[in-house]
Amino acid sequence: MDKKTAWTKKDLLGLEYLSREEIELILYTAASFKEVTTRQIKKVPTLRGKTVVNLFYEPSTRTRTSFELAAKRLSADVINIEIETSSVKKGETLIDTGRNIEALKIDIIVVRHNCSGAPNILSRAVKARVINAGDGWHEHPTQALLDMFTLKSKLGRIEGLNVSIIGDIAHSRVARSNIWGLTKLGAKVTVCAPPVLIPVGIENMGVRVTSDIDEALGDADAINVLRMQFERDGLTAFPSKLEYFKQYGITNDRLKKCKKDIVVMHPGPINRGIEMSSEVADGKNSVILEQVTNGIAVRMAALYLVAYAKEAAK
Amino acid sequence: MKIKEKTRLLDGAAIDRALGRIAHEIMEKLKSVEDIAIVGIKNRGAYLAERLAKKIGAISGKSVPVGALDITLYRDDLTEASDQPVVHATEIDFDIGDKKVILVDDVLYTGRTIRCALDALIDFGRPGMIQLAVLIDRGHRELPIRADYVGKNVPTSTKEVVEVRLAESDGKDEVVLCEKE
Repeated sequence: MDKKTAWTKKDLLGLEYLSREEIELILYTAASFKEVTTRQIKKVPTLRGKTVVNLFYEPSTRTRTSFELAAKRLSADVINIEIETSSVKKGETLIDTGRNIEALKIDIIVVRHNCSGAPNILSRAVKARVINAGDGWHEHPTQALLDMFTLKSKLGRIEGLNVSIIGDIAHSRVARSNIWGLTKLGAKVTVCAPPVLIPVGIENMGVRVTSDIDEALGDADAINVLRMQFERDGLTAFPSKLEYFKQYGITNDRLKKCKKDIVVMHPGPINRGIEMSSEVADGKNSVILEQVTNGIAVRMAALYLVAYAKEAAK
Repeated sequence: MKIKEKTRLLDGAAIDRALGRIAHEIMEKLKSVEDIAIVGIKNRGAYLAERLAKKIGAISGKSVPVGALDITLYRDDLTEASDQPVVHATEIDFDIGDKKVILVDDVLYTGRTIRCALDALIDFGRPGMIQLAVLIDRGHRELPIRADYVGKNVPTSTKEVVEVRLAESDGKDEVVLCEKE
């Protein structure tokens, strides 16, 4: 790794704001942390004395747990604040909540919010470091980073790979962060969805756009299958779950026509029988559980980098 | 900050001799090489550890496990350091439990790096013993730490810098005493 690369950002708000070198530094650092997670004693004293708050305005089990575990393995103290139990219900604004948290001498705020851009607003209001754990339809940087980390550890590189992102592109922050990250690292990205789930102007992000699943699978080295978010407005956007599965669901029959070693990713939680069949989810091409394991290493890297970022120290 | 080279303390042959002597001393002191493991502190300590293991292997005819330790995560100056250090991977793929671990670094100075390395090492298990081998001991300890094997003792001032250059990272082998201007 080039010694000149240094992390100088106070926050991790999205991959749109990062350079290729910064993304590579996170992935390199995560590889070092991966080794820590394989030790018998999976803990290092790096963030001793620092406090991390998980501020979640949206339900999440896996991302919050992953951040919590990452922070604890770095010896930080962790507090979880969830909307159900917080004073947000009493009408407190995001900025006021942030300032109150900061008054408790907290060092890092990990925030998930249903509004796009909320972490950006928070980061300007507080001196504490801010990590975006997903904001609206905007970005979910650590998910995309762990997807890229998994891809790199499976295929040895990102540059030049054909990666297809399949599913609800319109409502997906995971898709957006992946597109930013993958294109910056030189992958060729295809997005594939029914026309109603492809947002206007997505081709301006430098991706191939198609509604033909065979085209998306044909030359793919890896696919990232997104969750159909029927709890949002998926059902009104698409006639039925079964019809989606027939037209876009990843099955063994479809995989047979793909490259033999195609990597199948999914950010979870999976809707089995909707975006992919069980045999694919549990099959030999699936790296879905490795993604979960890698998520901890990637989030440890993100926490370490923002915690000791030098430019922001003043 | 400019750095001016003053004197060459060791050339390639002298480094090799020093390592050879340390290898013999280790074998003499520990009697058997059966349960020895060598762990170098990244980056240059790790290269020296590889060389030392080769020497012990050549003398004893037995192969000795070698590992490389990155101590960044254990540093006590992460808040103060002027540049954020890059975290490199630790590579210890053997069980250090009950082993006689020889910790290797290029220069012993304040002792803080060794303190980090001891903490890091103990997180991997419970070694039977840890000993310290360094190529250069330049004094100025800030912690109660001393080396068991020393290539060369060099009295220095705090204005001076000891630069260890190794073929693996710097293209050639030498140790140079420099001064900050």
